[in-house]
Amino acid sequence: MFKANIYITLRESILDPKGKASHHALKNLGYDKVEKVRIGKFIEMDIDASSESEAKEIAQESCQKLLANEVMENYRIELVKE
Amino acid sequence: MGQTGILVFPGSNCDHDAYHAVKHVLGGHATFIWHKETSLKNINAVVIPGGFSYGDYLRSGAIARFSPIMNEVVSFANQGGLVLGICNGFQILLESNLLPGTMLHNEQLSFVCKQTYIRCESNQTPYTTQIDTGSVLKIPVAHGEGNYFADDETLKMLETENQIVFRYCDENGVITPEANPNGAVSNIAGICNKKRNVLGMMPHPERAVEAALGSTDGKAILESMLNALETV
Repeated sequence: MFKANIYITLRESILDPKGKASHHALKNLGYDKVEKVRIGKFIEMDIDASSESEAKEIAQESCQKLLANEVMENYRIELVKE
Repeated sequence: MGQTGILVFPGSNCDHDAYHAVKHVLGGHATFIWHKETSLKNINAVVIPGGFSYGDYLRSGAIARFSPIMNEVVSFANQGGLVLGICNGFQILLESNLLPGTMLHNEQLSFVCKQTYIRCESNQTPYTTQIDTGSVLKIPVAHGEGNYFADDETLKMLETENQIVFRYCDENGVITPEANPNGAVSNIAGICNKKRNVLGMMPHPERAVEAALGSTDGKAILESMLNALETV
């Protein structure tokens, strides 16, 4: 069994209004040293695969087909054997 | 006269408005198609209505795109069939890759629900034959993710192929940043594919078909589509 931790983030060139609004709120709270906030998604997936390469392939295909929209998002997969 | 099929996903909420506009206002033939259907049967045009299919989980339109009926819609579109996506329908068309680009959250973050003015940039589509290029339509928007985005290369292609069909403008047809309700790149409100049989638009023409609704400008779009079906 493998656990895939998937991080989906907005591409650098894409405006992130949620991040911007949160950054603004943090500033209001007095956290002046916070210079930038970007908000993405974190997805945990349990994969019943027999090998690491198979698990990786499943996680990657899941991102490409459904979980991430590559026009605006990047994704990064961390695979942990359990 | 051709049959217009209106798709219904869990969370669609403009399906009945579209049905009413096509059938009762314009006198066309309309029928609902549940998203689990696997055939479009004798349908000549597909309307993908607005709403929040699958609660907008993951991204708007991302899950609806994998409903069984969408395989049929994609092959129908690829064969030249008319497919009109309104609001969430537009988002589903983008996720299905029937149209290029994607939708970001509105620039101002809030949901926007108001009348907008859009300028028809091309009457060379089956949805705009009754509209003069350059004329202004008053049609409402209601969305949280209507901030159309495409990379520079795609935008250039949309321009050169004349695929930008509607742009947000002011009452006089001038394209201004103030007239843009969501931050969409180049004030884009609607685009078509290269073959011009698939149109996606954020404003709701089906909500602008009777004087009581504040505008009847949406009729011309649906009428154009129904006229195109008469030759089917």
